[in-house]
Amino acid sequence: MKKFDKDRLILGLAGPALALVVAFLLTAVVLLLSNLSPLEPYRLMIDQIQFTDVQVLIVNQTGIYYLAALAVAIGFRMNLFNIGVDGQYRLAVMLAAVVGAAVELPGPLHVLLIVLVAMAVGASWAGIAGVLKTTRGVSEVVSTIMLNAIATSLIAWMILPANLGVRPEGSNDLNTGIIAESGWFPGLALDGGTIYGFTFVAFALGIVYWFVLNRTRFGFDLRATGASESAAQASGVDAKKMVLTAMLISGAMAGLAGMPMLLGQTHTYSLSFPVGVGFTAIGIALLGRNNPIGIFFASLLFAFLDKTAEGIGLEGYPKEIALIMQGLIVIAVVVSYELVRQYGLRRQQQKVGEELAAQARKKKEVAA
Amino acid sequence: MHALVGENGAGKSTLMKILYGMQKPDEGTITVGGDQVTFSSPADAIALGIGMVHQHFMLADNLTVLENVVLGGEKLYGIGARARRKIQEISDAYGLGVRPDVLVEQLGVADRQRVEILKVLYRGARTLILDEPTAVLVPQEVDALFDNLRELKAEGLTVIFISHKLGEVLSVADEITVIRRGTTVGTADPRSTTTKQLAELMVGTELPSPETRESTVTDVPMLKVEDLRLTATDPDGVVREVLAGIGFTIHKGEVMGIAGVEGNGQTELIEALMGMRDPDAGVVTLDGADISHAATRKRREGGIGYIPEDRHRHGLLLDAPLWENRILGHVTEKPNSKKGLLDLKAARQDTERIVREYDVRTPGIEVTAASLSGGNQQKLIVGREMSHAPKLLIAAHPTRGVDVGAQAQIWDQIREARHEGLAVLLISADLDELIGLSDTLRVMYRGRLVADADPATITPEELGSAMTGATSGHLEHDENGESR
Repeated sequence: MKKFDKDRLILGLAGPALALVVAFLLTAVVLLLSNLSPLEPYRLMIDQIQFTDVQVLIVNQTGIYYLAALAVAIGFRMNLFNIGVDGQYRLAVMLAAVVGAAVELPGPLHVLLIVLVAMAVGASWAGIAGVLKTTRGVSEVVSTIMLNAIATSLIAWMILPANLGVRPEGSNDLNTGIIAESGWFPGLALDGGTIYGFTFVAFALGIVYWFVLNRTRFGFDLRATGASESAAQASGVDAKKMVLTAMLISGAMAGLAGMPMLLGQTHTYSLSFPVGVGFTAIGIALLGRNNPIGIFFASLLFAFLDKTAEGIGLEGYPKEIALIMQGLIVIAVVVSYELVRQYGLRRQQQKVGEELAAQARKKKEVAA
Repeated sequence: MHALVGENGAGKSTLMKILYGMQKPDEGTITVGGDQVTFSSPADAIALGIGMVHQHFMLADNLTVLENVVLGGEKLYGIGARARRKIQEISDAYGLGVRPDVLVEQLGVADRQRVEILKVLYRGARTLILDEPTAVLVPQEVDALFDNLRELKAEGLTVIFISHKLGEVLSVADEITVIRRGTTVGTADPRSTTTKQLAELMVGTELPSPETRESTVTDVPMLKVEDLRLTATDPDGVVREVLAGIGFTIHKGEVMGIAGVEGNGQTELIEALMGMRDPDAGVVTLDGADISHAATRKRREGGIGYIPEDRHRHGLLLDAPLWENRILGHVTEKPNSKKGLLDLKAARQDTERIVREYDVRTPGIEVTAASLSGGNQQKLIVGREMSHAPKLLIAAHPTRGVDVGAQAQIWDQIREARHEGLAVLLISADLDELIGLSDTLRVMYRGRLVADADPATITPEELGSAMTGATSGHLEHDENGESR
């Protein structure tokens, strides 16, 4: 039976490989059409890796993407499309920053409180979509998009100095006040900069994600619901409860996506906090096939594209190339995965047929 | 007027789709008015005067009748006065009584159906295909529809009528074709055919007999259902009673069979017993415990095994390996898990055992369920459900789509388990299977258990006539071939 496993691994890698090659070629076409060298930008990007500060930037960004993509993947595993990761993440990090700045606790407790607030806010924001879906049948796609817009407005209002915000002296970048040092998460200082401590928590959560999905009853129920809601229901899963639970967990995970930066660098939420992480994460989760290892490499790739694109801008190439590439990857991924899946299924059916025929022949020979 | 009858899944709808150009045949010819034709889309069929009235109406609720009729046919008679005149003309000619300016949402089911028929006639159809037109109608409406159809026939139109309600077919058709398992098994003349003969043709009798005679029935009740009632809201927003006054008891070691034409509430009964639908009233007791409103998982843990009607939708995760499918439905039970954690090793080992003991033909347990044949998928499901020593087995069409060999094997397994005190609720469209396996038989018609019979003496024909609602009460076998 080993042979089938090896097949599955090869097929599993074939999807992303095909998508990346297609995306790479299409990006080259875009560059050619713009009268630019189709290969030079890639060379420049790869050159950047040798700089230690770029390395640190990439690793830090990978951790952020990893958390957000895990949040998306939890939804995907049960056929829920949580587009609201971005809103959940921003609202969560803002309110966590507010709470963090308002209190002072002994070290670990302070950090823990901030993290828990972020998870709770993310979960409840996603939970609204979950409740709407289970009670009123509202598509989570629509409601989470709406909730993103609401989160944006809510944050803009709450961060006004009249409400929860603070105007730093000599700046227009409103923030939520600085968190005391007890609420900072220590990082790993290297030559090129500091790697956020929470990045390691992010990778650890990847292991937790894998374990819960593949080794627990709850994970089995969740995967079964994603694979076939009708079969899961017949097997005894309460589908509504499952939808709500998955949304809550996905939202809590989304809430964590802001933690590496908040706890490791900014120590406050300001209007210049990155936006759009949750959307990029959808592409990453797709590319990573909702698999914790796949998501890791996908996050790394997207972080690499993001951070090295800055460098090629200095050489006269548009840094938007990275964005184009990311977009093309997502499109190519969707197509190539379906192709590979269908091919794999046909191939397996054939193999099963062949092996059974071979078994039957053997039996006959023995009988004869 | 030609009627096409056959059990669900016999191929009636596929045939109609081919005639209407929605699907392409692999072989064979279609002749319309003496000319051989091929259809590549419904438009081709419409051009040749073939029109289809679908079972589920395709009307826009918020448009008027006139607007619905001209929609997509604007080129024929415009959208104004000329179209209105034409509609009125057709309506009067065939006595359809359609009012062009009423909103469709204000119309009842029967009126909507007449609008559908008019829509087809408006496009110049000379051959009408009606897919189970009476399924949604009450008896008086059925009579009115038949009057309309007779008008059409009198005007020289051809009507093809699909149904599995045999009484209706006999009363309205000029010729009847019976199909079973995708082939024509016979044609009948309604003047000289009885419902019984038709039922016989429809169900067929060439399968190996699932005889099981020595009784293992005890007097310990296992499943007791009292006054079960279930309502459902159909897509039109009407609340209908799908189950009413259902009551029965199955004892340990007893197989109770439920016969009935599909769509008479069997699916709903199973779903209510499995906890997938919450009954409006009634009490369900399993081995002394009230489970009327218990969750599905509680019921499964409590000892209900379930062989679902649609194994792809309710019994398997097609893209998952066999061992994961072995866990499905029993994730909280041994050997699949311990204290919330899955025990993959034990689950895999037990899957190997099921594959061996139930003769599931597969090269291994890592292949996906989708790559197995239907019969082997079914054997895996039977093996899985039997592995948890169920007290009650709910088996819906346990041998549907299963080859003859696997069929005999599944029957053997049910019989064996029954020896050990298993109670079985068997629902099947295969009357021989029902009669052969069951210790007691009930007939379901329009959401009620209308008749009961002794499987030792009853014949499929007698059962068939009760399934169409022709007879009810206790069915007694009559040597003269008549049942009362």
